[in-house]
Amino acid sequence: MTPELLVGSITLFVLSIFLGFELITKVPAMLHTPLMSGANAISGISVVGALIGANVAYDGGDTLVSGLLAFLAIVLAMINVIGGFAVTNRMLNMIAGKNKRKEG
Amino acid sequence: MIFSEWVSIGYLISASLFILGLKKLGHPRTAPAGNQLGAMGMLVAVLTTVADMHLEGGAQWTLIISGILVGSAIGYIMAVKVEMTGMPELVALFNGFGGAASALVALSESWKYIENDDLLLPSGLELEVLMVAAGLSALVGWMTLTGSILAMFKLKGGIEIFGKWFRTPTWGPSWLNYVKVSLTFAVLALIYLSISDPRDQEILFAIILISSVLGIIIVLPIGGADMPVVVSLLNSFSGIAAAFTGFIIGNSVLIVAGSLVGASGLILTFIMCKAMNRTLPDVLFKSFGGTEKETLTRTKVGSDAEEVAMMVDGAQKVIIVPGYGMAVSQCQHQVKEFADLLQERFQTEVKYAIHPVAGRMPGHMNVLLAEANVPYDQLIEMEDINPEFPECDMAVVIGANDTCNPAARSGEGPLAGMPIIDADKARTVVIIKRSLSVGYAGVDNDLFYEDKTMMLFGDGKKMMNELNSAIKDL
Repeated sequence: MTPELLVGSITLFVLSIFLGFELITKVPAMLHTPLMSGANAISGISVVGALIGANVAYDGGDTLVSGLLAFLAIVLAMINVIGGFAVTNRMLNMIAGKNKRKEG
Repeated sequence: MIFSEWVSIGYLISASLFILGLKKLGHPRTAPAGNQLGAMGMLVAVLTTVADMHLEGGAQWTLIISGILVGSAIGYIMAVKVEMTGMPELVALFNGFGGAASALVALSESWKYIENDDLLLPSGLELEVLMVAAGLSALVGWMTLTGSILAMFKLKGGIEIFGKWFRTPTWGPSWLNYVKVSLTFAVLALIYLSISDPRDQEILFAIILISSVLGIIIVLPIGGADMPVVVSLLNSFSGIAAAFTGFIIGNSVLIVAGSLVGASGLILTFIMCKAMNRTLPDVLFKSFGGTEKETLTRTKVGSDAEEVAMMVDGAQKVIIVPGYGMAVSQCQHQVKEFADLLQERFQTEVKYAIHPVAGRMPGHMNVLLAEANVPYDQLIEMEDINPEFPECDMAVVIGANDTCNPAARSGEGPLAGMPIIDADKARTVVIIKRSLSVGYAGVDNDLFYEDKTMMLFGDGKKMMNELNSAIKDL
């Protein structure tokens, strides 16, 4: 990481944290769990890191263990991503979906 | 890299979708769309990464595609199969996997240099960034994994080993706080050491071990009603871990998405604390409940289902106050049947009073009752339903205690200032509870001993069934 890239990354990091603080203000209690679960699924973004890691490391041949660790990371991150979005969807359908059907 | 600009734009689109998704998840009407936007953001991020690999050539497709398929299948099956009552545990477990994934990427990056001596280590600033980011990602990631797994078992209430049921302990003397702080500093010191000795396996394993222990001792003293707060905090941690991982590989979308989740998760944690009138340091550093429980000096004669059934007959308005006990005994279907019986037989108006922290997780009551097909417009949040109690004939409290303890209004004791459901203002109160025992806060509940209160002692499901058949027999 070059100094320019590092400073750029830190800028992104700090600004995103400020944005994250502003993004959530008043959330009704019934949405706390789905919000937590949905945000949690987004933290599965580390799958991108795992994909890149697996690709680079496994390619090396001499870095078999690193490749396998990254493979395991892909699996865990994908469980988090797919499972997280699916379970959030189920919860929201139960909370909000019922409401919609009643109106319609 | 000729395609790198396109990759950056792909990541920018993905990050924007995450921002919109999180924003929309906070409002009831837009929440489902928010979740879909988040999922789309993830799809864009993965496709961008994979497309970049394809264009670069020589990608490890077998490894990558099988990893994606295996993970997706497991995640999907778990999400579809889980009972809605087990959902809080699943959210905690997924959260742990997210943290572990970030930590594994960090480990994989560091391990490359350990298993291949020929691989040239970066130098200077680059090395420092790599080791610090990998170390912090490991600290937060492994802590999230062990903490979340313990949180999952705490939400379940126990663990089954060879057919024997063990209750998950809640234990946290105050000296444990010093241990937490020292262990954190120990990891930071190890990270500093790792910069000068990047190929040292022992430092690496020590970081993993200490971080894992930290996760356990942070969650161990916390129990019951505080669990949601901890799971939310761990969710924030897993975001931060992803952001640190972004620094290791210099990836913008990891940094943005990770810190977004980290920050918004922290805000959500504060919102949850506020709903319980607790502060985050209190939750984390004061082992709450368990230690100083009031001993009971009073007794109350229990009522039976027939008596309550007769009282219900003629009630014009009944408000049901569900709590942790309803979730534990999973009696939401019996509760719904009870409400239906009242509406059919006595034309009673039935509403549900939802305390923000009732159950194991915020919104837990909403999900459970929705599963039992309770119409959404009957679930009323605390501030809106409280003015209705004085004109309500009967409040039926099912497995709730602290959330309707009038002691909270007194301004003293552990419950001081916590907003409560005004069940005590109803003309009569029926409480279904296994015993008179104190709630999580360890405070005796005056409501139990009032003359207008009828106690039905027993398991929620059993008592609701008895009550329903008593109403049918009237």
